[in-house]
Amino acid sequence: MTLNWFKFASPATFYPLAGRLTRPFWILTGVLLVIGLYWGFFQTADQLGGSNPQKEYYRIIFIHVPAAWMSMWLYIVLVFWAAIGLVFNTRLSFMMANAVAPTGAVFTFLALWTGAFWGRPSWGTYWDWDPRLTSELVLFFLYIGYMALHSAIDDTRRADRASALLALVGLVMVPVIYWSINCPDPTQCAALHQRSGLGKIESNILFSMLTMTLAFWMYSFATSFMRLRSIILTREAEASWVQELLNREHSR
Amino acid sequence: MWAVFWCVLKRDLLLAMRRRTDVLTTLFFFMIVVSLFPLGVGTERQVLQILGPGVVWVAALLASMLALERLFAADYEDGTLEQMLLTAQPLSLLVLAKVGAHWLLTGLPLVLIAPLVGMQYHLSDAQIGIMMLSLLLGTPILSLIGAIGAALTLGLRGGGILLSLLILPLYIPVLVYGSGAIEVSVIDLSDTMPYLSLLGAFLLAALTLAPLASAAALKISLE
Repeated sequence: MTLNWFKFASPATFYPLAGRLTRPFWILTGVLLVIGLYWGFFQTADQLGGSNPQKEYYRIIFIHVPAAWMSMWLYIVLVFWAAIGLVFNTRLSFMMANAVAPTGAVFTFLALWTGAFWGRPSWGTYWDWDPRLTSELVLFFLYIGYMALHSAIDDTRRADRASALLALVGLVMVPVIYWSINCPDPTQCAALHQRSGLGKIESNILFSMLTMTLAFWMYSFATSFMRLRSIILTREAEASWVQELLNREHSR
Repeated sequence: MWAVFWCVLKRDLLLAMRRRTDVLTTLFFFMIVVSLFPLGVGTERQVLQILGPGVVWVAALLASMLALERLFAADYEDGTLEQMLLTAQPLSLLVLAKVGAHWLLTGLPLVLIAPLVGMQYHLSDAQIGIMMLSLLLGTPILSLIGAIGAALTLGLRGGGILLSLLILPLYIPVLVYGSGAIEVSVIDLSDTMPYLSLLGAFLLAALTLAPLASAAALKISLE
């Protein structure tokens, strides 16, 4: 059997595949969410830390940390598809990048929002100019810029390529921006967040956090595929396979 | 190859000299923004000394961004830009020349007027020196990065406001280290070296990478 690597690079073949994949990803999202939330609420300690413990509100990390991870990961996914699109000139890659962007922006907003609610009881303030907070805010601006540029250009081909280039420039700049926010004084670097490692986290908390991350990941797949399907239909509305699909739907 | 660089640079400078108001508006915008801040936050000497560096840099950011819209617009409208794309010369070099001319007309005046702003904010002579140096290193970076955004938003409706959305987040490193250098110079002048070195490093990186990205963006916008 020969493997055709480019079989699903065409919108016409990917459209049904995305449709078949959407439901399993939604089911996975639901199952993982239930497990993660159950474990996070009932199998973990009531409070965290020694002399000045964090009370129930520390459970926000089960949403906050996965959302922050996904927001960063999805930007890399977006740039990956944008770069593939620019190099190989494949239409579907640009559509993929487009479909991922809103989900990424939502996760970035969610991370900021939950972070503010966690910051109020533990730091005594909704917002602090902490390096990670500020970088997350900049990431949010990058997502918004990408989507704004894409929607401002009427010609889809130019819109795809221009916003893909912007995403690439953004990815190059992100480490510099992150570093400059982290070390406003180049001779000494300090951050409000404590240095943390996955190994230091208590195992029940870690399990819940990772399960929630997987759930969010599956959610990203599900929403991206759904959005991708509607993008394909809008852009390929003139194509014959879409017309055939519509006729079949009508006759049913 | 450099002949074409000088040719484009001279042409852009000459065109700007025939319409001097464009150059002056950027300069006066900068002056007005800087002069309005004391009216808003109060005119106490100490407050102004603390706010000064940040205000100057934010005003420089906005001024250079507002001027960016005109970087390619005129050449795009009369078709010169398409002719430039068709020449055998590397497009990134032409872009570099245009950005160079743009900086001489909008960036350099800000550097030269900086001492006046320094006096408004009661900064010391040493601080003013550092401010001029950091602006001299920083404003070319703003023009270089901004050119990418200007090329991407070429000919779009509402291009100016969109440009600010795309470009301002990318200006953050320059803002942080530019105003940081001036703030540190209050305590010890030798402390400013790391800041200025970093700005210099950013300038070199922007000089090599940004013209390539702007050229690619222009090709996308004009195809």
